[in-house]
Amino acid sequence: MSTAQQSSTSTKTITGADILIGALVRNGGDTIFAYPGGASMPLHQALTRRKDQIRTILPRHEQGGGFAAQGYSRTTDNVGLCMATSGPGATNLVTTIADAKMDSVPLIAITGQVPQAVIGTDAFQETPIVEICRAVTKHYYMITAEDHTDPASVREALESIPRIVREAYFVAKSGRPGPVLIDFPKNIQLASMPEDEIDYDPAMKLPGYRPLQRKVAPEQIRQAIAAIRRSRKPILYVGGGVINADAAEELTAFALKTGIPVTTTVMGIGAFPGDHEQSLHMLGMHGTVYANKAIDEADLLLALGVRFDDRVTGKLDEFALHGKIIHVDIDASEIHKNKEAHIPVVADVKDFLVALNTALSQDDCPQIDEWRTQCSDWKEKFPLKHTQSDEFIYPQEAIQELWRQTKDLDTYVAVGVGQHQMWAAQYYKFSKPKRWLSSSGLGTMGFGLPAAMGVAAAHPDALVIDIDGDGSVMMNIQELATLFCEKLNVKVFLLNNQHLGMVMQWEDRFMEGNRAHTYLGHIDDKMATGDGDGTFGETFPNFVKMAESMGVGSQQVSKKDELPAAIEKMIKYDGPYLLEMICPYQEHVLPMIPGGGTVRDIITE
Amino acid sequence: MKHVLSAVVVNQPGVLAHVSGMMASRAFNIESLAVGETENPEFSRITFVVSGDEKVLDQIRKQLEKIVTIVRVIDFSGKEFVERDLMLMKVAASGSNRSEVKELVDIFRGSLVDVSPGHVMIEISGPEKKLEAFIDLMRPFDILELVRTGRIALLRSNEENVDVDERAACEDPTAAC
Repeated sequence: MSTAQQSSTSTKTITGADILIGALVRNGGDTIFAYPGGASMPLHQALTRRKDQIRTILPRHEQGGGFAAQGYSRTTDNVGLCMATSGPGATNLVTTIADAKMDSVPLIAITGQVPQAVIGTDAFQETPIVEICRAVTKHYYMITAEDHTDPASVREALESIPRIVREAYFVAKSGRPGPVLIDFPKNIQLASMPEDEIDYDPAMKLPGYRPLQRKVAPEQIRQAIAAIRRSRKPILYVGGGVINADAAEELTAFALKTGIPVTTTVMGIGAFPGDHEQSLHMLGMHGTVYANKAIDEADLLLALGVRFDDRVTGKLDEFALHGKIIHVDIDASEIHKNKEAHIPVVADVKDFLVALNTALSQDDCPQIDEWRTQCSDWKEKFPLKHTQSDEFIYPQEAIQELWRQTKDLDTYVAVGVGQHQMWAAQYYKFSKPKRWLSSSGLGTMGFGLPAAMGVAAAHPDALVIDIDGDGSVMMNIQELATLFCEKLNVKVFLLNNQHLGMVMQWEDRFMEGNRAHTYLGHIDDKMATGDGDGTFGETFPNFVKMAESMGVGSQQVSKKDELPAAIEKMIKYDGPYLLEMICPYQEHVLPMIPGGGTVRDIITE
Repeated sequence: MKHVLSAVVVNQPGVLAHVSGMMASRAFNIESLAVGETENPEFSRITFVVSGDEKVLDQIRKQLEKIVTIVRVIDFSGKEFVERDLMLMKVAASGSNRSEVKELVDIFRGSLVDVSPGHVMIEISGPEKKLEAFIDLMRPFDILELVRTGRIALLRSNEENVDVDERAACEDPTAAC
């Protein structure tokens, strides 16, 4: 297996595993979330030899490691790294990879693979992970020798590793970002070559991949400005592309100069300050009434880094019915995919906004005083509403209180998926990009805790909060152990209503309240069939004990007047912490436009 | 509406699986697909015949171009191009009707590539319509077996030619070439 036998004994040799880890370090890798196994042990051995340069964090499940890597990616300019062994380790990463693809998150996933000699024989822990992941990665590699019995061929494979890693970084981050998979058979990990003969700065070999060549044409800027100048009811519809392009500053400058109201998608939250009067907050299925009304009446849509997702548009034919659409996206396939654009611009949205801001004169700013007044009126007339109580902790109020106490602390907030996610999107007002982490496209429950873990690894001194639900948090609850063992300071803000709230809400609205496996307590409880009296005594499971057992500080509260002090205690606690709030389960996320509906179908009560 | 698309791709394992998987998962309809090496062995050319309206075609082209190992996609719609299918066919032909078969093969500029006591094998290439016509003519002779390739096509003009050697020389995605 070794190709170094023939070289002189004085030359130091290096293994394939060491070459790969060395290449990660040279490309900026400083943290990796990796769970070892038979086919990735040489890589872990190599990681110990570079522990001064790259921190290895051991998650308690590969999926947790993958989401942690996403948490790292989503809040830095670097690329998140995760690693797993072959077979089940690799398949446990699939959800993370698919999630990163949907939300355009740069990610490099490395999987160990059985030795080439047994590939294709259904060997122990063998899965064809490249085959499995093809549709959910942006790109993929398998580091193999053309003939694994030929030392020259193995040597070639070893020499290709630095190029592959460099390309993986470039592909993951450039253009529309996304996940890249590197599958690494064990025989190449173990093979070696003279250390001084390895070229760590090889040329990339990606013919036809030209993500940097998209340039904004002056003609497109002229067209856009003409449309803006003529508009009387323009609106900025902003998505994750603006955050990925690092263009929040340019967007804000443009919005402030023109006075055009801004609404964001779930992925776009933070691109424009949520507490600014021009912000109409989130649009779409659980967006604000005023954002959805404004989109409906707008005569010009500046759609920046968005993809007209069905959770945003509802009924496509009636979405932005009166509006001309300027659609800017770096991914050409998003233009005209769901909605025909009048002015399509395939470009980096930052380049577009820089060019637009430069070219836009004061005279080009549209006359929109009436429109702005209209939007403010809607905002006043249709604010976000929820049930008020002096006694119970309503999730919306809990999040508002959390926001009040943390808004000046440059806080990072990750969420799971479900009602709590939408309430966090509605009630926590973000003033900066890359502070909000949500599995938005794939909607993966269990995202919040591990994602927050990755943020804490990237920003050890920051306040990192996982707003979670009792259903979602259970999907990766094992990562509480990682928080303690790896000294990752995450605060879990757990809204416990004992139900899978979002599904329950649909049952209540569209299925006559028939409870179909949405109660999270014992099946013998009356609540399981929806026949309870609306209250619950002791909740299940005991999250406080669970946190304690994993070295995480914790408290449970159920009275509204206990909440402010409990939040303060959580923030001040030295180390990972879980604050569990018992919430009424009857609350629905509103407003709500039923799937495939329009703003005229909006439910507010 | 049928369209011909031609893609130059990096010649490495998995590219065809990636392409066909993408087409299937996005519910695009492939009528035929043919793949083979180009003048430069580092690249292959995949020729697709797909069906759908302009919007679907636009999406197929863009989704193909997103695949990192796809170098270039050209839509042949509205352009002058030459297209060919290749077919091998076994026809029952004993002594009595063999010369009649041979005559028809000659008219269609095909050739007899194998002869057995009870049947002959015919090779014929051409546009789809010609092949269809030939099949119809051969039916009375009892077609025993038939196999066809996917469509291959090239633009007549050289203006949009993808110079694969030029592409091969420009592998650095950050370079201005």
